Amino acid sequence: MIFDIFAYAFMQKGLIVGAAIAIICSLMGTFLVLRRYSLFGDALAHMAFGGVSLGLFSGIYPLWTAYAVSILGALGMTKLRKSTKISGDAAIAVLLVSGLGVGVLLISATGGFSVDLFSFLFGSILLISNEDTILILGISAGVVSSLVLLRKQLLHLTFDEEQAKVSGLNVDRLNYVFVIIAGVTVITSMRLVGILLISALIVLPNITSMLLGKGFKQTIIASMSISVFSVVLGIILSYYFDLAPSGTIVMISVAILVATLCAKYLGLVGKAAPIAKTI
Amino acid sequence: MSMKSLQVSDVSISYNGSLAIDKVNFDVEEGDLLGIVGPNGAGKTTLFRAILGLQNYSGVIKLFGLEGKKYHPLLPLVGYVSQKVNFEQNFPATVSEVVAMGILPEKKLHKNATVLQNCGCCWNRVYKKINKDSDKVLEALRTVNLESHKNKRIGELSGGELQRVFIAKALVKDPILLILDEPVTGVDVETQNKFYNVIKKINEENKITIVWSSHDLEAIAKFANRVACMNRKMFFHGQKEEFFSNKDLLKTYTESAMQIHMHHH
Repeated sequence: MIFDIFAYAFMQKGLIVGAAIAIICSLMGTFLVLRRYSLFGDALAHMAFGGVSLGLFSGIYPLWTAYAVSILGALGMTKLRKSTKISGDAAIAVLLVSGLGVGVLLISATGGFSVDLFSFLFGSILLISNEDTILILGISAGVVSSLVLLRKQLLHLTFDEEQAKVSGLNVDRLNYVFVIIAGVTVITSMRLVGILLISALIVLPNITSMLLGKGFKQTIIASMSISVFSVVLGIILSYYFDLAPSGTIVMISVAILVATLCAKYLGLVGKAAPIAKTI
Repeated sequence: MSMKSLQVSDVSISYNGSLAIDKVNFDVEEGDLLGIVGPNGAGKTTLFRAILGLQNYSGVIKLFGLEGKKYHPLLPLVGYVSQKVNFEQNFPATVSEVVAMGILPEKKLHKNATVLQNCGCCWNRVYKKINKDSDKVLEALRTVNLESHKNKRIGELSGGELQRVFIAKALVKDPILLILDEPVTGVDVETQNKFYNVIKKINEENKITIVWSSHDLEAIAKFANRVACMNRKMFFHGQKEEFFSNKDLLKTYTESAMQIHMHHH
């Protein structure tokens, strides 16, 4: 019977946590992609790699050090962008390589790669502990509520930063809050697909949903649905075919994107925009 | 007595040592539709950015009698449509959603209403209460004749329609002053005229004070009630009739515009 797998506690935990992560990644991803921060998730995850190595090196729980290093890195990058003329993508590159550099350095000092490190690199959603389950669900609830509270401001900031500023938004503060939430989202999501594939969860469902949705609300709902669907299906398939869940999830997201692109090309969904009329 | 919405006195702005704006003076009374004419590079945008607190300047700018930083709390109530809005063409938002971004939170409105009341502005117009946000959006879209486009994705609109969406976005907050920076750049002539009528309507029917910049002298002649003419310096500022009856002034303006053009090419 196909539903047997739902009887396993590790499967239940994996699916619930997976769905929660799918939701926060797609929500955060909408803003990241639209602000042309698509690779920001990757950069944060690589910072997290440095953080995890620091944890393993110093004996502190790696998740905490990952949070600390990534958030500090993200704030540092925002500051760097604001006060120097370094462009967004270059700043992301700086963040990415410094995280990775520190990580590699510390790992060599700790004595090479360990099982723990591998689970951070490639995800280990089915090996998740009860404590981590509660932690991830709690943080996800926090991320979702902050994004819901800030949705109007964030939408305005994303659409047109200067106008948002003129309308009295504290743009600088909002930018810092934004990267902190992004950092928390990325680190929390590491358990699902790992450091190396985190961008997939942030970017893929959103690109797909932007091809489908008309309005912002629709796009967000489509993105969350695609994301949750990919994660749940990915976990189930990976179990039956004995594959890595992270890779399966990501490839399902890619398949959905490609299918949507083809459908769009063939005119099956979201008819091409009518030729805009003049007034 | 009509209240001065905006006073700009001896404002100068320099970029890297050269003056972009040189001691500019003008003021705007409540209910005005002021057209600021000047060629490209005359400093119109720079001046607007200074008024909006986005640009450092020397001199004095007053909004409803409040000077400099003191009026900054009122800035959210100033509608501003910039010459070119840089937004992601593929942005997944409908026309209504974009207009709704302009709505200010109730708390902010209360605070601003108090500030305005204290400086004697007719704040009850500002604090006109429309029950629902969606009604405000619809009303603003109706004003710019775009009601039928409300559910379209923003990227599907033409340039002229887009500018009207941004005006609607500025209108939902019931602005105490609306600043339009060359709103019809890159729009065909027929569309431009319809657009000017919308501006006139907003000024006359919604009683919104408007400062509008353009290099289209003809349009300003037809629609504005007051004219300011600048090219780094302010050459003239006053009633429209006075401006167009003064041949010397027109000549100076045209010549300086030519100079600037030659300078640029």
